[in-house]
Amino acid sequence: MSEAVEPGRAAPGYAAAFRALNPVAKIAASLLIAVTLALSVDAASALTALVLEVALLPWAGVSWRAFWRRTAPVWIAAPLAGLTAALYGRPSGHVYLDWLVVHVTDGSLHLAVITALRVLAIALPAVVLFATVDATALADGLAQLLRLPARFVLGALAALRLVGLMRDDWAALELARRARGVADRGRIRRFAGLAFALFVLSIRRGSALATAMEARGFGGSGPRTWARPSTFGAREVVLVAVGALIAATAVAVAVATGQWVFIGT
Amino acid sequence: MLGSDDGSEGDSTGSLTVDGRDPRAARGAAGLVLQDPDSQVIMARVGDDVAFGCENLGVPRDELWMRVREALELVGLAVPLDHPTEALSGGQKQRLALAGALAMRPGLLLLDEPTANLDPDGVREVRDAVTTVLGATGSTAVIVEHRVEAWLDVVHRIIVLGADGGIVADGEPRTVLAAQGESLAAAGVWVPGRESEIAHRRGPGERPAMLTAEALTLARVPRQPLAATLAHPLDLTVAAGEVLALTGPNGSGKTTLALTLGGLLAPFTGHVRASTALAAGVGDQPIRWRSRELLTRIGSVFQSPEHQFLTPTVRDELELGPRALKLSDAEVAERTGDLLARLRLDELAAANPFTLSGGQKRRLSVGAVLATRPRVLVLDEPTFGQDALTWAALVEVLEELRSRGTGVVAATHDPRFVTSMRAREFAMPGGDHE
Repeated sequence: MSEAVEPGRAAPGYAAAFRALNPVAKIAASLLIAVTLALSVDAASALTALVLEVALLPWAGVSWRAFWRRTAPVWIAAPLAGLTAALYGRPSGHVYLDWLVVHVTDGSLHLAVITALRVLAIALPAVVLFATVDATALADGLAQLLRLPARFVLGALAALRLVGLMRDDWAALELARRARGVADRGRIRRFAGLAFALFVLSIRRGSALATAMEARGFGGSGPRTWARPSTFGAREVVLVAVGALIAATAVAVAVATGQWVFIGT
Repeated sequence: MLGSDDGSEGDSTGSLTVDGRDPRAARGAAGLVLQDPDSQVIMARVGDDVAFGCENLGVPRDELWMRVREALELVGLAVPLDHPTEALSGGQKQRLALAGALAMRPGLLLLDEPTANLDPDGVREVRDAVTTVLGATGSTAVIVEHRVEAWLDVVHRIIVLGADGGIVADGEPRTVLAAQGESLAAAGVWVPGRESEIAHRRGPGERPAMLTAEALTLARVPRQPLAATLAHPLDLTVAAGEVLALTGPNGSGKTTLALTLGGLLAPFTGHVRASTALAAGVGDQPIRWRSRELLTRIGSVFQSPEHQFLTPTVRDELELGPRALKLSDAEVAERTGDLLARLRLDELAAANPFTLSGGQKRRLSVGAVLATRPRVLVLDEPTFGQDALTWAALVEVLEELRSRGTGVVAATHDPRFVTSMRAREFAMPGGDHE
């Protein structure tokens, strides 16, 4: 579980104003960039977006320490995605290595660089934005701003709390199997048994939680009020606009340099 | 039963009205507090959790936060509104649930064994909070409880339900207890002044040590704040034929120590060593033993019985250990039959362990461990949620084991258990978490 969904705990290393931005705006901004960049496979758009994102990074008030710690998986995933493209990408031009299904060529190396850049350009803003999303504030936003059904949103929010309990259950179940003398062999079967036991326990916990929620009037037919207003103000509009601007600039640069290739063509 | 009172679960026949209305139409007219503190926390922060019920009732925002603060003050939960609910103790969580119910301004409070899972401090906290609340709001409260003592000065009327669901007695508390005390005690209710005395037999004079902990500090298990315990290395010995009670408030590390002594968790630093007699040829560190080697040496009974059930029927559950030891069919049948009878589970032999009552689950979990006749028994809260009868049955079984030379370790906050077993008490060091 990432720290993004452990509420009640501030994300350290971020500016307070950035943290306080509505999660719906953060999701919208990163979605705009991701969807746009997913439309084309070229170097120019990814590079443009990446440069703009890095330039805007200081505005998020992310400390370098927090930045590297959060984005570490991205820095590992991007070269790996690139490597895959280099080995298996559509071959063209000079052939450097040819072994079974592996063809390293000019074309596949070009594709590798583009893929790695694209992963970075999409994932970096998403990670930076999502790291500060508080689950409760997100649920408030989804229900109040996007008008998703409260029953569904709040049910999911409450269920999230059970994830921590499931971790404890798993640990206890494993120890209990050792204590009962059945933990010496059959690792795979034991895993299946543990998973099933956890499933049973989770259902029991879930129904207990549902009872507690209904006892507090959840799921009634009357109108519901919201203790925490979820607002979408000027700051949020600016954030979404910045996302749109990054996406638009990236497309414009790619089209102007003649590199824009609509995906699949 | 309280769940259906609140319109939230169950099937029923006959009629039930809250404020003269159908309970489903009267959401919020009754506030419910259940037994398990963990399964009642809904939101991540204290203020939001208390506000949840008001939101569902459609209380306007300004009034809502006023009610939240008022409710928290009434139950005496003095933490900031954005305090994480995860960090609360059991007693605090129960008071949080009470505040959540109160904020809805119910005319009726339903409390279902609200203190069953708490240590003595937690019991007092919750009892005092309920007393304050009832004094301030004048609302009606229905409390389901089999430990009568804590509530005796709070309630005005006691209704005793029979095993068949019928009403056995109904009236002023002291009158009911005076008239029905004997039959209540016989039915398993904890009647003040009528605690059953367990006959004591002295164990053998010679008590060789079986398990020794040297300079032990404990490994962390998730969600258990053990910082204070980690700072104090501890030494202790478990001897044959003695009962060692590990005591201390929730969160002081009793469970972790029990798991470590049971050879299930590796010590953080220090050692747990088994005597040569206990090890019987497999090395002196229980954590290095194989799972099957633990069976005849150290048996562990977990705090939550549901964690250790592995089979679909009560009988299978008792047979599992002996079968893992590859005992003969005749031997397995004999041990199982004996345990079924002694733990009064024989009529439930074909039942699914998960469908048993709390007390039956606990007895089954103890029985399943006894089936392999371990020489040391480690129990975590063995008397949790037991009524007076099942409690006595457990104490009797453990007493018999002790007299036969089994070393018994029990993590417990049940002072009656410590006294009745004449246990040697080991108070957890530095256990002052809140």
